[in-house]
Amino acid sequence: MKNKSAMANFRRDYLSRWRLYLFLLIPIIYIIVFAYVPMVGAQIAFRDYDFTKGIWGSNWVGMKNFMKFFRYRDFGKILWNTLSVSLYSLLAGFPLPIILALILHSFPGKRYTKVVQTVLYMPHFISVVVMVGMIMQMFNPLSGVFGQAYQAVFGEMMPDIFSKPGAFGHIYVWSGIWQGLGWNSIIYMAALSGVDMELHESAQIDGASRFQRVLHIDLPAILPTACILLIMNAGSIMNVGFEKVLLLQNDLNRSRSEVISTYVYKVGLMSGGDFSYATAVGLFNSVVNFALLLIVNYASKKLGETSLW
Amino acid sequence: MQAAKNRISNSRGDTVYYVVSGILMTVLLAAALYPMIFVLSASFSSGDAVSSGRVVLWPVELNFEGYKTVFRNNDILRAYGNTLLYTVVGTVINVIMALITAYPLSFKNLKGRGFFMLLFTFTMFFSGGMIPAYININNLHMRNTLWVMVIPGALSVYNMIITRTFIQSSIPYDMYEAASMDGCSETRYFFSFVLPLSKAIIAVNALFSAVGHWNAYFNAMIYLDERAKLPLQNIMRELLVMNEMNLSDLIDPEQAILMLNSVAVLKYALIVVATLPILCAYPFAQKYFVKGVMIGSIKG
Repeated sequence: MKNKSAMANFRRDYLSRWRLYLFLLIPIIYIIVFAYVPMVGAQIAFRDYDFTKGIWGSNWVGMKNFMKFFRYRDFGKILWNTLSVSLYSLLAGFPLPIILALILHSFPGKRYTKVVQTVLYMPHFISVVVMVGMIMQMFNPLSGVFGQAYQAVFGEMMPDIFSKPGAFGHIYVWSGIWQGLGWNSIIYMAALSGVDMELHESAQIDGASRFQRVLHIDLPAILPTACILLIMNAGSIMNVGFEKVLLLQNDLNRSRSEVISTYVYKVGLMSGGDFSYATAVGLFNSVVNFALLLIVNYASKKLGETSLW
Repeated sequence: MQAAKNRISNSRGDTVYYVVSGILMTVLLAAALYPMIFVLSASFSSGDAVSSGRVVLWPVELNFEGYKTVFRNNDILRAYGNTLLYTVVGTVINVIMALITAYPLSFKNLKGRGFFMLLFTFTMFFSGGMIPAYININNLHMRNTLWVMVIPGALSVYNMIITRTFIQSSIPYDMYEAASMDGCSETRYFFSFVLPLSKAIIAVNALFSAVGHWNAYFNAMIYLDERAKLPLQNIMRELLVMNEMNLSDLIDPEQAILMLNSVAVLKYALIVVATLPILCAYPFAQKYFVKGVMIGSIKG
């Protein structure tokens, strides 16, 4: 009897819904082949990868590849470059969309707000190649519009920002803000549109100014969203926008622009191709990221009520 | 209420706040707009005007030399065609994949739903890294094929989640129950009810994917060896980014100026040609893009 009902349950829960599982078949095969197979393949970080022997046949070497990276003379520099550009990006880039959303939301001229929004979202759609190309053209000391303006104002040639290592972080972060400011504010605008108007009305009756209402009603309303985004950002603190860095990088600014992901690319795919070593460096990066995500998520869960899951 | 609002918002503090806000918004508007207008204007100006700094906001010595050079260049035209192909095929695949994954997972009572969600979302936070993915693609013999441009990113988990959230929140489950009572299978329900009701989210998916494919360069750089297969972004990378370094390496500034003169306008024209399709579609698509981000912000 018991067996029979278990069978019936099974039939009801699984067999009768075979069509839904069939829908999932291709996506599951896809995610296994293109996400989980490479994850298993990451074991070559602990092996000495030999193309002829394949992933499973190459010899185990334990932590050798990791130790090689930790002992690499530029290890500290690469780690610092990665963290500093990422933190700079976070510190400068995280609060600005929040401030923008608060301003846009509280501005009385709705039509003008709409125009500003439309224009500020646009740079998001420009590709990294075009973005870097634009910076290079416009900041060219000889022919660029900013280079010429500099010359006109200071009477001397503008230094080439691409050959100055110290300028790399600023180019990276501020071009990112130029592209992302408007776009990243959308999510806060969405949160603000859910604010109860009655709160504003009663605060107004109590004599609160518009600015006070922004600080005490609007800002708290978007804090949960901001927290979630901060946690997500913490989980990618080691993932500098690799594609842009690669384009901005050259031999003159490499001392500051070499980050973990570009280093993985360099040792893995460019010079000779030490797959095992490059995989180890990449895996170190992924593990640190994932650990940070878990820690920050846990801390946020303990401190407040916000967490990713 | 309206009267009270007016009376209070007329206070001096509020006026100052609005004026400061308005100024800030205008500064940001100008900062976002200026580089785009400048690039457009420079692309329609003469090489000499651009290089001598006479182009500030509007085109100077209006001419179309840059565009003529761009459209005469076979490399660029072929790359444009490649990009169109990769974008169209890639977008179709992305849209289908997001839908067929999101649809079954939108049934809250589907057994194993939590496990499948974990299987997909875990890949958002952890990956094997660049090199294992590279080895995998090579083992699958996908190098130098159309497929390497459209398959590795076929399922965007983020897009799948917003699609699932959309289906759950905007298509009532009661409708499914009523339909299945009348003998409608899940497959038929998908084609007859979910698809027609999901036009908005399909547009969101298509637009996000199309922009992604149009703007991508890295996969083409590492997986395509034949120049004839490269998309536009990669050709632009050669012309805009790599060429630039060679020019500034030149020791003789006179020579550099001469070369920059003719090349600069071409570069601006190329930027416009490569970016215009997206920016032209943007005003019509804006509400969908925004909608996508907004749905994404609802925790599903």
